Amino acid sequence: MSREAGSPLLEEENIKPDTRHGVILYVEDVSVSFDGFKALNDLSLYINDGELRCLIGANGAGKTTLMDVITGKTRPDVGKVSFGQQVNLLEMDEAQIARAGIGRKFQKPTVFENLTVFENLELSLHGDKGIWANLFHKLSGEQSDEIAQILHTIGLVGECNMQAGALSHGQKQWLEIGMLLAAKPRLLLVDEPVAGMTAQETERTAELLTSLAGDHSVVVVEHDMAFVRSIARKVTVLHQGSVLAEGSMSEIQSNPEVVRVYLGEETGE
Amino acid sequence: MADLFKKLGSLPVVVGCLFITTLYVSVCNLAFPEGSALHVSTYTVTLFGKYLCYALLALAVDLVWGYCGILSLGHGAFFALGGYAMGMYLMRQIGDRGVYGNPELPDFMVFLNWDALPWYWAGSDSFIWMMVMVVAAPGLLAYIFGTMAFRSRVSGVYLSIMTQAVTYALMLAFFRNEMGFGGNNGLTDFKDILGFSLQSDTTRIALFATTATFLAIGFAVCHFIVNSKMGRVVTAIRDSENRVRFIGYKPENYKVWIFVVSAMLAGIAGALYVPQVGIINPGEFSPLSSIEMVVWVAIGGRGSLYGAIIGAIVVSYAKTRFTAIMPEAWLYALGGLFVLVTLLLPKGIAGFFPAIAARFNQKKLAEVKS
Ligand SMILES: Nc1ncnc2c1ncn2[C@@H]1O[C@H](COP(=O)(O)OP(=O)(O)OP(=O)(O)O)[C@@H](O)[C@H]1O
Ligand SMILES: [Mg+2]
Repeated sequence: MSREAGSPLLEEENIKPDTRHGVILYVEDVSVSFDGFKALNDLSLYINDGELRCLIGANGAGKTTLMDVITGKTRPDVGKVSFGQQVNLLEMDEAQIARAGIGRKFQKPTVFENLTVFENLELSLHGDKGIWANLFHKLSGEQSDEIAQILHTIGLVGECNMQAGALSHGQKQWLEIGMLLAAKPRLLLVDEPVAGMTAQETERTAELLTSLAGDHSVVVVEHDMAFVRSIARKVTVLHQGSVLAEGSMSEIQSNPEVVRVYLGEETGE
Repeated sequence: MADLFKKLGSLPVVVGCLFITTLYVSVCNLAFPEGSALHVSTYTVTLFGKYLCYALLALAVDLVWGYCGILSLGHGAFFALGGYAMGMYLMRQIGDRGVYGNPELPDFMVFLNWDALPWYWAGSDSFIWMMVMVVAAPGLLAYIFGTMAFRSRVSGVYLSIMTQAVTYALMLAFFRNEMGFGGNNGLTDFKDILGFSLQSDTTRIALFATTATFLAIGFAVCHFIVNSKMGRVVTAIRDSENRVRFIGYKPENYKVWIFVVSAMLAGIAGALYVPQVGIINPGEFSPLSSIEMVVWVAIGGRGSLYGAIIGAIVVSYAKTRFTAIMPEAWLYALGGLFVLVTLLLPKGIAGFFPAIAARFNQKKLAEVKS
């Protein structure tokens, strides 16, 4: 036992995804339907350990739904989802999945508006999420340093004691990324991180996400093609709930099918 | 030092006010004879004691509603359960001084031709046991209800309606004579508490002081909870329950916990209320009184602990005054007050002070600048 002994709530934190095959996330033959409408249709996807993967696709292609399935928000009708080879995510609830090391940034930035930036990060820190532990919790020096470090990374040092609700849209996006970092996940699912950001902020986000890959595995959903181009190594295109194509950015761009159903509509704008 | 003051916030002020009030009331009641200008009548002492019970109850409501966003419209049930537990003990204290002179059975049971106490009255002659029940009964109800409702993710209006249904169902149940709680008359005609006569001034003062003490403790406990990291998780749940879930907390566990703590506080308030007013009956379960508690908190300032106390005292005082003149119009007055406060002071009375302070600071800042 490395941490405070006798805390059963920490079980999930000790889960180590088995990545001997180099794959951290298995999504196999997953289907989700809403009132007969198939949002995900027999979708299979593998994310390698330490990889940075971009997920693109038209509105309604099922990108957010896929993240909902991975994080336990939506249960698929059929299919298999596992973290590493062993950990079956379909048997866990949202909190357990989060504690096991899968972090998520939502499409619509969601921060705790009535708490300060600092408090938002404090709550997101990895560690015991039980009631009694938090009732008597005192921030350790180590944890304060960690928060200071993150504040620096996300460029919100000056806003530390500001209410999160008062931040600009872009700053909220950054705060949410900071909250993700504080949880120290193995796998990060980032839904539209640069929406509402200035060009400069977008550039810094690209830098940050690229630097995270390696130690973390990162899945990014984004519509901003310039952004995707700047970070992408491998891109997966979703279309009507299944994988349409997968490959490097240049392969994707020259794929006639992709151009027709997705990229085409963009250049046509 | 400044740090400590910031941490304690309004705690020393509230405790100080309660201490001074208690001291003032007891000295003026006991030391000055009736007719003296400084005398505080026993009637007033009891009335204020009642307000303090309501204040503790308001704290309980504020804890779940103001901080966790759970709009409970059934807190009267927890208050009444605590009150009934205390009432049962007081009934047994009557002993053979009842109308029927039965040393074991309370009068209403003799009247119903029962020949033994029902099983759930076991241990009701033990003060300690009944004080355990004062928190255990509401706590258990809150735990069962909370686990069922929060685990299945019922929230918002549906939850509020469910809490109303629970308190209403309990009211109907307690109205029945067969329940063994005195039917619609409830429990009354109390004589002593712990061997001290409830009619004596000193007992009244002691009850008042005990209530003030429990209010201070309740305030300190709530203050500690809402200022802990746990309290911040609870606030976060109020603002965005889903987000909390996705950073690894189980909101339903937190909600059950805070709901149980709140129910226990409400139970204690009920237990302190009963010996002072001398009766507990099923009317305390009425849905309307639970709604009134929420109005206290809204008027005092939701999400402010001292606001809840002020709200309960101000509204209860207004009720006492108002019902003396026009009892049938009280509900309209309460409704009007509620609308007025929500329109003019959205953060309640407690929101008024920071707003004034901010304006004052701004003025000062402007003066310094010029
Ligand atoms: N809870 C739900 N109930 C009904 N339909 C839903 C629900 N969630 C998603 N859908 C539908 O499923 C489809 C896929 O939605 P999803 O949000 O995954 O798309 P997306 O790829 O993230 O799109 P966008 O780029 O607009 O964010 C959409 O047609 C959407 O309307
Ligand atoms: Mg989406």
